[in-house]
Amino acid sequence: MYERAEQIRAADGRAPDVFRKGKWVPMRCFADDDEVDFAIVGTGAGGGTLACKLAEAGFSVVAFDAGPFWRPLEDFASDESSQGDLYWTDERITGGADPIQLGSNNSGRGVGGSTVHYAMVALRFRPEWLSCRSRLGYGRDWPISYDELEPYYEEAEDALKISGPVRYPWGKRRKRYPYRSHPMNASALVLAKGAEKLGIKWSPVPLATLSAPRGMAHPCVYRGFCVYGCSTNAKQSVLVTFIPRALKAGAEIRDLAMVGRIEMGKNGKATGLTYHRGGRWRHQKAKHVVVAGYSIETPRLLLNSACPQFPDGLANENGIVGKHLMIHSGPGVWGRMDSEIRSYKAPPSLALTEHWNYDDSPKDFHGGYAFMSQGPLPNAWGETLAGRGLWGMALRREMTAFNFMAGLRIVGETEPRPVNRVELADETDDYGLPIPRVTFSFSENDEKLIRHSIGSMRDVLGAAGAKDLWDDRDSSHLLGTCRMGDDPQDSVVNRDGRSWSIPNLWVCDGSLFPTSGGVNPSLTIQALACRIGDRIPAMARRGEL
Amino acid sequence: MSGFETPYPTYDVLDKWDSPSWNEQTREAVRQRLDEVPSRQFLNERQWALLEAITARLIPQPDRERPVPIVPWIDRRLQEDRRPGYRYADMPPMRQAWTQALDAVAAECMDRFGTPFEQLSSGDQDSYLSDLQHGNVEARFWGDMPVQCFFSELLLKDVIEVYYSHPAAWSEIGFGGPASPRGYARLGFDQRDPWEAEAAHV
Repeated sequence: MYERAEQIRAADGRAPDVFRKGKWVPMRCFADDDEVDFAIVGTGAGGGTLACKLAEAGFSVVAFDAGPFWRPLEDFASDESSQGDLYWTDERITGGADPIQLGSNNSGRGVGGSTVHYAMVALRFRPEWLSCRSRLGYGRDWPISYDELEPYYEEAEDALKISGPVRYPWGKRRKRYPYRSHPMNASALVLAKGAEKLGIKWSPVPLATLSAPRGMAHPCVYRGFCVYGCSTNAKQSVLVTFIPRALKAGAEIRDLAMVGRIEMGKNGKATGLTYHRGGRWRHQKAKHVVVAGYSIETPRLLLNSACPQFPDGLANENGIVGKHLMIHSGPGVWGRMDSEIRSYKAPPSLALTEHWNYDDSPKDFHGGYAFMSQGPLPNAWGETLAGRGLWGMALRREMTAFNFMAGLRIVGETEPRPVNRVELADETDDYGLPIPRVTFSFSENDEKLIRHSIGSMRDVLGAAGAKDLWDDRDSSHLLGTCRMGDDPQDSVVNRDGRSWSIPNLWVCDGSLFPTSGGVNPSLTIQALACRIGDRIPAMARRGEL
Repeated sequence: MSGFETPYPTYDVLDKWDSPSWNEQTREAVRQRLDEVPSRQFLNERQWALLEAITARLIPQPDRERPVPIVPWIDRRLQEDRRPGYRYADMPPMRQAWTQALDAVAAECMDRFGTPFEQLSSGDQDSYLSDLQHGNVEARFWGDMPVQCFFSELLLKDVIEVYYSHPAAWSEIGFGGPASPRGYARLGFDQRDPWEAEAAHV
């Protein structure tokens, strides 16, 4: 398989200083035989955030990531195709009626996880979604209420210095965002213009990129390569926020460390991890194990850790580990404007409307969607046009209209259904571990939502003056597969992310989501991690760990 | 109409090479793309020649004396087995999918036209590629391979990615190109920084 030119950087008492070229920060290191309080698998929105919280609470923490520890100022080029190493590209099989595109679409690899390449959209769930079955009549209630999560949304927003509007027009009344909103680019102004013509509310997107200086990072310069890695550190990824805090608080981060198995003791508790690093398999002892590998790698690891005591995989007594995989549907509508748009400038999504997340007027489907302005770069735009069936001179000519194109794309709710799932395939990867097989199909309700959203986007884009409208299909994000709940019969973990059957095994990432909501998930994942990071020390104080 | 004209004839993104829009790591990535075009390593000579003929129709470059190289970079990717991170359930592994598909094209064209794809008229080449795109092929050449999926998800996607990663392609569509550390200041409708492409007035 493809050999990446990668070297272990976090070792021997130091880790890269992401804020200074060529410099290091001290890192506390543990031996494999040290029984650390927490071994965390994954360092993204869930694992990286939790590693910080637990280290700051005084626990000994080692967090593992299969990918490298990037130095954004030195490593990240302003170039689409040479940034491919930011993504999880190990083989995965994707099937079902609507196979999900993985890799660059939704799967990060490296310290900081997918937040290194995400579009920084930082939205809260609609409060009613946490109890959508009882209050809106569809989906499932979450085991925690919005009121319980709200302080942790605030904590996450402050930790990332989210830049947002003075008044966000949807949801519960809230505190001011820590940093001011960014200016709108033309692509965002198209959404604004169309929405205002139709009398629909719109808003600048609350974003995890700096609108004013912060420490050693300067404000966003609007270079527009956000989803290929931020080379200026304006983006408030986990790599430049929670990870430096975690290191300072005494956590160890192990980069290029692929965890292959959770080891179980005779007493039914996890004893540590087996991981591959520096060319060999090693074993780390731990009092607690947290799995935070996102909705595919998390269930994969639990299933790959099957042992005589747990023949169907860990925490899988009821057989639902890997089930209820969700994505966000992502149809887009595109059109040509008379004015130059040049949407390659600035973060790709600067304006949005959540109108259809909060509009409860009767429709032929359940659930909601938000849509945002778009800013594809040439490779991505070429791929979008290819999806329309264009090639040859027709494609080259159409590409010359690049600077005049404007588009909208939704983040649309999909239903949690057991048929959408992650399983193990017969095939193994280079580590000898069974690879995941992902199966996904949209439900009838999902399809109705998609059709409705295309109509809404056409209305808005048309009202803004876009011509020759056409639409495409896409998707984003991964959610569910180890859902949390109050009933051990139909959930994998409890409201704190703690396994029902193995008391020292936890999950902390997007796989916890019982439903998907119609907004980007990262802020909710980080709010959940902040909450779990408060719950664990509280449990420890009460002797409940 | 088979010609091609860029709306930005005087714009060359490479003029910014030494400007604050390009940093060291970006210069290095693009320098390799321009200067170190790889030679054939993975595909055999026939497959390579066939893929050259196919890409010449998917991205025709009659306007260029020296076309942007595409096949060498696909071959490099195959040589390194650099996969996208997912494989459709009915598709063979990436390398096998490419070689199997190229061999199927070669065999089917010989059968259908009595001559290799490379020697067909561009009209016949285009109509055959259109058949691939729409899955109008004979199973005896393709077996279980999902042809439409191969055409759109592997072949066309990779060809487009290679072409639109080249500075010449950025220039012809008026893309700003690399933009770190300087970024952009003017973001609104019809607003352009002095270092962005200006369309020719017609």
